[in-house]
Amino acid sequence: MADPIILAENLYKNYGTVEALRGVSFAVPQGEVFGLLGPNGAGKSSTIEILEGMRTPDRGSARVCGLDPEKAGDEFKQRIGAVLQSTALPDKLRVKEALDLFANFYRHHTSTEELLKRFQLEEKRNAFYSQLSGGQKQRLALAMALVNEPQVVFLDEPTAGLDPQVRREIYDIIEQLKKSNKTVLITTHYIEEAERLCDRVAIVDHGKVIAMGTPRELKHSSAGTTRIEVRMARPLNNGSLSNLDGVINSREFDGTYVLHSGRPPQTIVALVKQLEAENNELQSLEMFSPSLEDVFIELTGRRLRD
Amino acid sequence: MGEALRHTWTLTGSRIRLAMRNRAFFFFSFVMPLIFLFGAVFMTGKSATNWVGYILGAVLTLTVMGSFWGLSVQLVTFREQGILRRFRLAPLGAGPLLASSILSNYLLMLPAAVVEIIVCHFAFHMRGWGNLWAVFLLVSFGSFAFSAFGLIVASVTNTMQETQMINNLIWMGFLFLSGATIPLAVFPSWIQRVSLFLPATYLATGLEASTTNLASGSEIITDVVALAIGLWMAFEISRQLFRWEPEAKVGGRAKSWVLVAMVPFLVFGAWENVTGSRLQRIRTEYQTVSGRMLRQMTPGLPPNNR
Repeated sequence: MADPIILAENLYKNYGTVEALRGVSFAVPQGEVFGLLGPNGAGKSSTIEILEGMRTPDRGSARVCGLDPEKAGDEFKQRIGAVLQSTALPDKLRVKEALDLFANFYRHHTSTEELLKRFQLEEKRNAFYSQLSGGQKQRLALAMALVNEPQVVFLDEPTAGLDPQVRREIYDIIEQLKKSNKTVLITTHYIEEAERLCDRVAIVDHGKVIAMGTPRELKHSSAGTTRIEVRMARPLNNGSLSNLDGVINSREFDGTYVLHSGRPPQTIVALVKQLEAENNELQSLEMFSPSLEDVFIELTGRRLRD
Repeated sequence: MGEALRHTWTLTGSRIRLAMRNRAFFFFSFVMPLIFLFGAVFMTGKSATNWVGYILGAVLTLTVMGSFWGLSVQLVTFREQGILRRFRLAPLGAGPLLASSILSNYLLMLPAAVVEIIVCHFAFHMRGWGNLWAVFLLVSFGSFAFSAFGLIVASVTNTMQETQMINNLIWMGFLFLSGATIPLAVFPSWIQRVSLFLPATYLATGLEASTTNLASGSEIITDVVALAIGLWMAFEISRQLFRWEPEAKVGGRAKSWVLVAMVPFLVFGAWENVTGSRLQRIRTEYQTVSGRMLRQMTPGLPPNNR
């Protein structure tokens, strides 16, 4: 890898007795969209906030654009843009005013008129921040993060809590960033987001990176299995489906059995036979091609949303 | 330095716009002092012209001291809502952020002070204009200093509840022990001596002496110097203790820094207690204006000697 523009080395961070980070390391080259994927509380926000210079690691080091985020001060801030997990602005600040205000803090900034157009906020230019919908607020947060044409963009859960339509709009914006060769570090717990947007993904759990690679590499590492989710009328007699033909592993989540199978047709035939033998009934069956969720389940035994 | 000044000015403009959109600001900054002014003049006799000047001094003191409440509450609100976090990502230090709140507050308070002086002169037939230069200096340094005291409270409190509790305690002292609402001369001697340790006393007695034209320029200069030193210390301490993050709590030891900001007033208080000249001045001024009021309200009595 060429000289990384983002470098996290062995980051540790505790909050009281809670170990938020336990040795997080990764490197991101210029122009890559890199994702930190993990459930809530995995340590994604702590990692991104250390890289933004908002938190001090207890151990380890961070470099962004060759600078120490915590010590480089304003010079560092001139080069980055960031969307916080939740952005707040004064209620009575107008959209255009917010962009102009933040543009004024930077030595170089892009045209705020252009940003309004690009983020479809032209009609809302005179609206107060308090009058914006969740999606509009997030678009404004993104526009503010790009006002200084940053080298590196940090996006902390940029689509959390937004409806699917707005989420897709945000995806389009991030894809534009990708096309313009910006380096983007994004945290998410949405599989779709990581798979669609990220060149590479680090799966984070309990403060550690447990897997890293391109989405394709990670999915291949799950042995190319198909995920089959089934619900039955009654719980299984032996409580498990791991003995079925082709099944590599099986787990139960709230009454849904999740099987990973290398030979799905044989697994389904065997499943139907077992249910007949137990006088049980199949309520639903869904099949999914391998996803990052499967990788996470394989590695942790839990779903991302658990 | 140049960037810091530019940021201060940009933020000042933005803060003024936000304040102008806030009805509560208009009420507390413009309407409330005028209500107090009209009430006080009508209740204590508007025909007593020099007494009107004395009341104007008290009303100007209240208007200026209002900065103390407004700024502390605004800063804590911004911190609790996460607004300061967003500003932290920009290349912006705590200095411009704090200085802009002091400056915008001053620029917004100044018209209210001018209106109060004009109302007293034209509507209540105040004798002359008072010593306008002294009034200007005291209103300016008073506003800066009391804003900075508010910022200190915001810096050493962790929640809005705590801020309001401490504000109320200090405010009561400022309001009733400084001569801003009840003339200091009517209090027992020991309360007068205690009041000499309060910054509000220097503002109130200075303004009352200036609006009634009863103090020399050199006497007023002491008040201005006391307020200027208080401002400088309070601003520096609040800058050092400034916190961007809602969860960053300040410890008990840091809170004792508030006492350091009070050091200039402890020194001035001790000095004034030893020499006793200020208390003498306060008593003489009160006797002069109240005596004149009585004579003007009671036909047949000879006019008071100046």
